[in-house]
Amino acid sequence: MSSTTSLVKKLEEQFELPNVAQEFIKKSVQYVGIPMIGILVFLFLWSIAAQNIDTSLGKFPGPSVVMEQFGNLYEEHQASREKEAAFYERQDERNAKRMEADPNYVPKVRAYTGKETFLDQIVTSLITVMSGFLLAAVIAIPLGIAIGLNKTLNTAVNPIIQIFKPVSPLAWLPLVTMVVSALYVTPDPTVPKSFLNSMITVTLCCLWPMVINTSVGVASIDSDLVNVSRVLRLPALKHVQKIVLPASIPMIFTGMRLSLGIAWMVLIAAEMLAQNPGLGKFVWDEFQNGSSDSLGRIMAAVIVIGFIGFLLDRCMLQIQRFVSWDKASAAR
Amino acid sequence: MKKWLKPFKYAAIAACVSLGATAVQAEKLGYPEKEELKFGFIKLTDMAPIAIAYEKGYFEEEGLYVTIEAQANWKVLLNGVIDGSLDGAHMLAGQPIAATMGFGTKADIITPFSMDLNGNGITVSNEIWEQMKPHIPKMADGRPVHPIKADALKPVVEKYKSDGKPFNMGMVFPVSTHNYELRYWLAAGGIHPGYYAPHKGDISGQIDADALLSVTPPPQMPATLEAGTIYGYCVGEPWNQQAVFKGIGVPVVTDYEIWKDNPEKVFGITKQFAEKYPNTTIRLTRALIRAAKWLDENNNANRPAAVKILSQPNYVGADYDVIANSMTGTFEYEKGDKRDVPDFNVFFRHNATYPYYSDAIWYLTQMRRWGQISEDKSDDWYKDMAKKVYRPDIYEKAAQSLIEEGLMVSKDFPDFSTEDGYRDPQTHFIDNIVYDGTKPNEYINKFSIGLKQGQKL
Repeated sequence: MSSTTSLVKKLEEQFELPNVAQEFIKKSVQYVGIPMIGILVFLFLWSIAAQNIDTSLGKFPGPSVVMEQFGNLYEEHQASREKEAAFYERQDERNAKRMEADPNYVPKVRAYTGKETFLDQIVTSLITVMSGFLLAAVIAIPLGIAIGLNKTLNTAVNPIIQIFKPVSPLAWLPLVTMVVSALYVTPDPTVPKSFLNSMITVTLCCLWPMVINTSVGVASIDSDLVNVSRVLRLPALKHVQKIVLPASIPMIFTGMRLSLGIAWMVLIAAEMLAQNPGLGKFVWDEFQNGSSDSLGRIMAAVIVIGFIGFLLDRCMLQIQRFVSWDKASAAR
Repeated sequence: MKKWLKPFKYAAIAACVSLGATAVQAEKLGYPEKEELKFGFIKLTDMAPIAIAYEKGYFEEEGLYVTIEAQANWKVLLNGVIDGSLDGAHMLAGQPIAATMGFGTKADIITPFSMDLNGNGITVSNEIWEQMKPHIPKMADGRPVHPIKADALKPVVEKYKSDGKPFNMGMVFPVSTHNYELRYWLAAGGIHPGYYAPHKGDISGQIDADALLSVTPPPQMPATLEAGTIYGYCVGEPWNQQAVFKGIGVPVVTDYEIWKDNPEKVFGITKQFAEKYPNTTIRLTRALIRAAKWLDENNNANRPAAVKILSQPNYVGADYDVIANSMTGTFEYEKGDKRDVPDFNVFFRHNATYPYYSDAIWYLTQMRRWGQISEDKSDDWYKDMAKKVYRPDIYEKAAQSLIEEGLMVSKDFPDFSTEDGYRDPQTHFIDNIVYDGTKPNEYINKFSIGLKQGQKL
């Protein structure tokens, strides 16, 4: 035992590995090597499983099929961009011709009428989820602070929160759709109805974790801090600004991270159900197509959905680290 | 003027007059009032005229910038057209009629363009097919004799009934062609598909039924059959061929064999749209007529190219081979049993695009036959209703302007000076009953299964 330790020591002395380099190797094994092994094992198990699942649309897509579909999707995107350029060119020609025939005509540029590509759908989904989430935050955080500070208000609002919290997006969607259709009537809408439907559904579903976490955070502020505020006789607004908000920031952010995760899941479900533009619609369209590529393309979308969800979570974590004083709460 | 000059003079006058007439006509067809349009469709091969009009630039040539969007099901599509989120759509022929009548949702929807003839099939699950097989006569080579009648299905349904099990089948919408075709085929084989009784609030259509029909959106049909919820279905292509490819079911009969050259989908727009945007309406009709002609041109020479377009994921999206099976003049029944059905999909021949009143009246007779129209109606009522919905006048304007511009010739179309909108009595039904569109009540009385004149549930 002791001989091996001395051997290691000897070796270390001989090669004189600087401490920094040692640390680097250790870190890279821990943060890159081990996750890589995890991913490789997963890919291996996935491809084995895929080969053994026969669906009526062919074999379940394995990693290589999905990679190929990523390539196809990108190519389709490129092709669509070329088509778009040609579309505008033709339109310009047509407008010019009409101007010749009818000098009073004011040429109008119409948007490209082609189909959204996979990349367009990703952008649409991201915009929708961020809008829905921000709207929810604007409502939830003030509401959470208010009910955290006021016990009576909390007792009054709490049952409503508890009842609405577990409601699935699939239950909200029909109501939202009907209400938006009834209230949002303009001949030339600036934002499409489908966007509003998805966004409001997302807001309704991701409101609650933020409200609850904010209120809990606010309610459980250290009594010393509250006493300091009392001694200084801070006015109510100052109290919130100087004491309540900083103290409850870690909890508020935990709520926001939870909400963003929910928002992303809800959005995909809402898009699938209502056929609103976005990744959810992409998945449903492919399922309906029933082509031999469909499963591969759905799997590609699933991976993208997961990856974006992961990135969104990391972004929130970074923001939380940046603004929160309590670094421990942002550890994971 | 010298005598020999006279013919020239007349010719010159005639030329002036005709030139003037063209100028007047061309002026009449002004620029579209609404240029940016959104059309809906369901993932079925018979939406082809819309896809072709877009891809071949026919819409753009009319100054129309059209977005085409797949819809989840027929109900969503109809609501889209009614609430204006869609300007027009690929529709079941029964939808504009039922909407105008107020069965389901009430709205004034018209059609200036009939999209195709034939194009549907009835598929049963493998299990049901095995049970039907012993009752089907065979040809010398061992393949079954077509058309297969529902007589072969009758013993199977009876067995299910005596075992106390419901015999479930799928169709795509209560007023769909598929519902009436499936009912027609079943009834012709002595299987009662059930009555509707909207005046009693019963819109399930299963009163007195031997086979219980329910609604499933077209692209979901194969999955629903696979799940065992239904034992058979009637749907448009490619969802019958898909069942063959997936090995989950066997198409037993095409609608071409139930009624040769039956009218299928229509292009539906609201009446308000047509009144508010008359030029747009005529122009979109022109684009669709040209697309339909392209689809049938040179003896279906363009069909492979059309199939390629339809197999794009933004249109029908199924595999090329699956769509090509029925679009290129063949139809595969049992796996490997591929037969020629050259007229399985007709988009232009036989005046397929002309909106005949008699087509609308046939749908009305079936609605009456199965109780969707619960009250007895006079022959004139049928004719008035057809006139409200089917608009050959708009079609004629579009066709005339195409002829004047030399894009089409007059023999492409019915003779407008004599056309009264009624096809000659149709004799090509699977049960040999003759349909005369001018005598709807007489027609209804010919069926052994179904409500007759004067009957009410």
